[in-house]
Amino acid sequence: MKHYLILVMVSCIINFTHSQNCEQNLFGSIQDFHDGTPIIGATVYIKTLNKYTTSDINGKFTIKNLCNGNLVLIVSHLACETQHVKIQIKGDTHYEINLEHHTEELNEVKIDGSATRKLTKTSQETLLKNDVIERYSASNLGDVLKQVSGVSSINTGNSIVKPVINGLHSSRVITNVNGVRLQDQEWGIEHAPSIDLNMAGSISVIKGSNALAYGGDAIGGVIVLNPSNISIKDSLYGKTIINGQTNGRGYNLTSSLTKTWQKGWYINSQGTLKRSGDFKTTNYNLTNTGLNSKGVSLNTGYKTFEQGFNVYYSYLNNEIGILRTSHIGNIDDLVNAINTRQPLVIENFSYRINAPRQEITHKIIKTEFYKRFKKFGKLKLHYDFQKNQRFEYDIRRGSDRDLPAIDLTLKTHTLKSNLKMDSNINSIYNLGVNLSFQNNFANPDTGIRRLIPDFDKFDFGVFAISNFKLNDKINLDLGLRYDFNKIDAKKFYIATRWEERGYNVDFSNLIIDDLGTQLLTNPVFKYHNISASAGISHQFNDNNSVIINYGLSNRAPNPSELFSDGLHQSTARLELGDLRLEQETSNRFSATYQFKNNGLSVNLEGFANHISDYIFIKPTGTELTIRGAFPVWGYSKTDALLFGLDITANYTLNENWFLSNKSAFIKGRNLDKKEALIDIPSFKTVNSLRYYNKKWLNFNTELQSELVLRQNDFPNNNFETFIPSTQNFVLVDISSPPSAYHLMHFESDITLKLSKKTNLNIGLNITNIFNSSYREYLNRLRYFADDLGRNFMLQLKLNY
Amino acid sequence: MKIFKNISILLITALIFTACSNDDDNNPEPVEEQEVITTLTATLTPVGGGKTITLESKDLDGNGPNTPVITVSGPLEANTTYNASLELLNETESPAESINEEIEEKDDDHQFFYQITNNLATLNYADFDSNNKPLGLEFSLTTTTVTGSGFLTITLRHEPNKNASGVSDGNIENAGGETDIQAVFSISVQ
Repeated sequence: MKHYLILVMVSCIINFTHSQNCEQNLFGSIQDFHDGTPIIGATVYIKTLNKYTTSDINGKFTIKNLCNGNLVLIVSHLACETQHVKIQIKGDTHYEINLEHHTEELNEVKIDGSATRKLTKTSQETLLKNDVIERYSASNLGDVLKQVSGVSSINTGNSIVKPVINGLHSSRVITNVNGVRLQDQEWGIEHAPSIDLNMAGSISVIKGSNALAYGGDAIGGVIVLNPSNISIKDSLYGKTIINGQTNGRGYNLTSSLTKTWQKGWYINSQGTLKRSGDFKTTNYNLTNTGLNSKGVSLNTGYKTFEQGFNVYYSYLNNEIGILRTSHIGNIDDLVNAINTRQPLVIENFSYRINAPRQEITHKIIKTEFYKRFKKFGKLKLHYDFQKNQRFEYDIRRGSDRDLPAIDLTLKTHTLKSNLKMDSNINSIYNLGVNLSFQNNFANPDTGIRRLIPDFDKFDFGVFAISNFKLNDKINLDLGLRYDFNKIDAKKFYIATRWEERGYNVDFSNLIIDDLGTQLLTNPVFKYHNISASAGISHQFNDNNSVIINYGLSNRAPNPSELFSDGLHQSTARLELGDLRLEQETSNRFSATYQFKNNGLSVNLEGFANHISDYIFIKPTGTELTIRGAFPVWGYSKTDALLFGLDITANYTLNENWFLSNKSAFIKGRNLDKKEALIDIPSFKTVNSLRYYNKKWLNFNTELQSELVLRQNDFPNNNFETFIPSTQNFVLVDISSPPSAYHLMHFESDITLKLSKKTNLNIGLNITNIFNSSYREYLNRLRYFADDLGRNFMLQLKLNY
Repeated sequence: MKIFKNISILLITALIFTACSNDDDNNPEPVEEQEVITTLTATLTPVGGGKTITLESKDLDGNGPNTPVITVSGPLEANTTYNASLELLNETESPAESINEEIEEKDDDHQFFYQITNNLATLNYADFDSNNKPLGLEFSLTTTTVTGSGFLTITLRHEPNKNASGVSDGNIENAGGETDIQAVFSISVQ
């Protein structure tokens, strides 16, 4: 098997020993690996004889008068890569050569390692390539994804950034890292994806649930991060990026080294160190917003067209400070914070990260094997294990001062297999099955009641996807998936809470132990989910193309939506899940129109997403305790409709000047209450002017204008509360979105060629050039402080 | 063949993993909240004799849905000075745990604030922290000739800014920090 690479030319060398008789014949046949059809007109080159022959109409060729011994042929065919074949001649010899000529279309093994392709043909997919990822090396995944029109983020401060795809986030977005579905307690808004984006060579964002192979519950979309493609040749290369930035006095170092062998072996190691202190707004320091992050990954394996394996390990440790002033006691403090418009705690700059803070460690171990079968397809087997450890520290009293308030360990095992039948390139079938087991352990040593209980979760999924190429211009994709989820939790409820929720009526059978003030319950829920997708793309002519698709998906409620129960200290709110929630069902229709000519390219992506039983959290009032009143945020459900339009346009003025626009418009409606949905991104448009000159050391510079309008469609969840200190009822305005804002950004870089193989790229970026002060609707800390002020960043990038 | 061998090793490993992590049928242990303050009692003793008045706010289910139960033993006398002391308890534990000690140990991180409506009384701090800033576990309450009814609010702030303007005089407005306790008592002066 080591012999077959992908290609079409043949050359051969004969190592013969002079003494033997040289009357043997080689009868060769050349056929297509996938479907066995003969390959006509392939060139067979026998090097030492300096002879050529070609395959005939049956794919056959004959070489006469050979001596016994080893023979090396080099076989080639149009658009394929040269294949070296070593044949032992011993008498008349028959030999079959399988060539692979669909490599490009299959996006399989690549020789040059450079081309990155989209994963789907009929979805709303955007691909971010290496250069973009490198530019955002010092940032978060959520920040880089905002380069995609229609993707925004929901933030807790500026280091916890969750991607929002067409208005949906958290459990509705699947993050897939090198084939592994990230299981990192993604349910919480203050839980950012545990990923170092520097491990990725490409990032694909697929809007909607059409990519069923990744999961059936991606009502929002799928984010796929893959390492850089590995080239099959002998080489050693590396990359180092160093960043320094003024805001937060942060620095970032990331480095990777890759060794590859022509035989197919490869190994890549990568590491990132990131550190920053308190960030700054226009007018003041954001005390306790530092960040300390360490990540390493190792990616190794063996890869040929026919078979291969991959072993991947990644480790990430993030320590993130939470804005000190956002830690509040009760609703008085919240009212104070909203009304004073300025943080109550502002201290001098520091790198120290105190409580409140998070410390998250995420580990992934993955192994994957694949094997191709002639005239059939490719079988893949995958196993991964993930461990996510989350500590959240709050400001606490006395001896508990250094104990975490939240201590959760989430372990996930996933086993999956898929079979891609691609013998006919015009109709490819992909069948898959996956099985996963998850265990969550909430450590009771925190001395604080568990916000998320202990649970075991089982998932089983099967899917079938087909890709039909109807003709050169039309692709049709169809997919079907079934998922079964079972969650088995053991949870303590405060007895009074159990009654207040009415669970004593509906769920009294769940109680397994009565401790007086607390009840131990054992909720076991099962969900059956069906997902389906259909998409068609049509390239009308060179300039115009259209993609239309439909996706049906179901998502079972996550542990946080079902079981949350307690005071979330860091946000000073009582969060209450609901055992009665059922799965969401989304029906999403979307249409994409693409126009492209020499100077102009326009991409319009429209969608409408109807979600039945959409689960969301909203303020529902206050509850009085001895510590005062607390706002209560409860999970509830409604039928919802989201619709919007994402625009990307690029215009090339001439070879030096470029204009571009990215805009996203979205509306979310709560159909039951006939009002707007909470937390929907407002209209955003980014215009940029870029200048590029190859002669000036590849000089590249860009001026960007980012305009975000005020969200005028929001539900009014404001409520009145009694403030004892003033003996008044006051309005708690937690609903009103902040004003519109406009920011200017600047980017520039040059590339120096230090040697034949070494490049140095120097970049200078300025964000928020005019140091404008602003607040963003989708930042949960917007009640407490402004967003980030001006930042200068210098980046050195060395490729070697 | 080799590939299948590898695959079976993988499968078996996975099964073992799964099997191992699924072997605990033990119930989780309950968490008794440690920092809960369920009960605040203010004992007001009139100087020179008379009826001692107690004010109590008790919330036995902590962060549960039940509201605190407020009791006031009786009306205050006009023209009287009361020496008052506070006791804080966590009654979810048995025996009840006193929180006073914890506050005294970290006295510079805590301060009580008192607010009273309708000028029914004046309140003064009677104990101070290591920096000679007010703490407020002990205080005095003095009524005048004014009679009537109103509200007394007692608030404990954790990590207040004791140096901010007015805070040392008992003004909560600039204090910052987090509220650990807030109890509102309906009182009357006769």
